Amino acid sequence: MNVGLEHYLVVSAVLFALGLLGVIIRRNVLVIYMSLELMLNAANLALVSFSRFNNNLDGQVMVFFIITVAAAEVAVGLALIVALFRRRQTTHVEDLTTLKL
Amino acid sequence: MVLPDILFYVFAALAVIFAFMVVANPFSRSPVTSAMFLVLTMACLAGLFTLLHAFFLAAVQILVYAGAVMVLFLFVIMLLDLKEEQRRQIKSLGLVAGLVSVGSILAIFIRSLLAAKPGEGAVATMEGSTVELGKLLFTKYLLPFEIVSVLLLVAMVGVVLLSKKDLK
Repeated sequence: MNVGLEHYLVVSAVLFALGLLGVIIRRNVLVIYMSLELMLNAANLALVSFSRFNNNLDGQVMVFFIITVAAAEVAVGLALIVALFRRRQTTHVEDLTTLKL
Repeated sequence: MVLPDILFYVFAALAVIFAFMVVANPFSRSPVTSAMFLVLTMACLAGLFTLLHAFFLAAVQILVYAGAVMVLFLFVIMLLDLKEEQRRQIKSLGLVAGLVSVGSILAIFIRSLLAAKPGEGAVATMEGSTVELGKLLFTKYLLPFEIVSVLLLVAMVGVVLLSKKDLK
């Protein structure tokens, strides 16, 4: 069976679902952050395969921007995690309940 | 079956297995193992990008994600001393809820994919050469490109501010 657009999209959907699973079940902020990166990468794969099979380069430009924004996001997010750890000595989300009623 | 198809199945299977090891490694709960498996997932995705003839993005994926971003992650893990974090277990209620919701969203994805048949009649023709990508980036997408540079500056200033010893 020839590999077509659907194959790439299925891989992308499975990777996205795994990332979502990580965000839901893991309780460590760092691992949750890595799962977010995984979801961004799944979206990138879908965009690149759409770009290739629709003969349109705009998808690849979009992926370029997503990678840049993700790099900026990781820098700020990890700085936030470090600042949080300095105040509360934890990276466990169940210990961070200041906003809970 | 020709070689690119075999390579697709190899890379796809490896990417899914490594991604599973990132979120639910049965042997270790340590964030370092997750980070290492995430590097391997990024490398497999770069392989898939190469199969899609997006050579520039494959190189950027390795350089930016597997290189810069993951080194940043490992530095932060090293900086925070996380010894007592490994003991805690995943709660079974959360596990069941997560599996049910993720399973249903995956079922929706696959069903709508099968119903829409987006690949019908689509032939892989696009050659994502770096020259074409650069031209597009500096003509049609010039304004977003400049805005992204401002965004990177803002992120840099924000990180410096957040890393100061006494947050006000």
